[in-house]
Amino acid sequence: MLHTVNKSPFERNTLETCLQHAKDGSTILLIEDGVYAATEGTRFSDTIKKAMETKTVCALLPDLKARGMHEKVIEGIKLVDYAGFVDLVEQNERVQAWL
Amino acid sequence: MKLGIQINEGPYQHQASDTAYLFTKAALEKGHEIFRVFFYHDGVNNGTRLTTPPQDDRNIVARWSELAEKYNLDLVICVAAAQRRGIVDPDEKKRHGKDADNIAPGFRISGLGQLIEAGIQCDRLVVFGD
Repeated sequence: MLHTVNKSPFERNTLETCLQHAKDGSTILLIEDGVYAATEGTRFSDTIKKAMETKTVCALLPDLKARGMHEKVIEGIKLVDYAGFVDLVEQNERVQAWL
Repeated sequence: MKLGIQINEGPYQHQASDTAYLFTKAALEKGHEIFRVFFYHDGVNNGTRLTTPPQDDRNIVARWSELAEKYNLDLVICVAAAQRRGIVDPDEKKRHGKDADNIAPGFRISGLGQLIEAGIQCDRLVVFGD
């Protein structure tokens, strides 16, 4: 299952809610302001690293670049473009947007 | 793959309408079918042709109209959400005695049943919003 998170964890708790519900083996895609969670050195970095032990974490590269954050990404996060976003939707039978 | 798209946020608000557009365009370019794009809540504001952004800014509404024309997309605006926000087509204009309509080319106004149908017919329903 694919979960999308589009808000910064500093603004909303949707990332934490998502991680509480997402099952092991699922994929989390960070988009829009959600990409701030993918950056190294924040108080959410460990949350993401822990999630990566059991889940796949991806982030939308164009949104990271738009925010100047593409060189601060936590190692191991898979970066995708819009075509890659489409592929993730195709690969997962269900898509849940945590709005 | 058959995809349905739901948009709950207006244009120029945050980023949901832009993400939805770029996702839809990427899916079409990959050869997927977009069964329907359903505009709900503030998302109905994506469908007014009266929007006039500065010339050096993207025109979100026109962009949807152009994509709809190129790929023959079904862009559906929720009627109840549209009535509240003043998005009007010629039928609604007549029905409610308004002095104008403002629906953009390629969009149509219909009901929530269209969203349910998209949920049933599509392989995936992808939601974008606030």
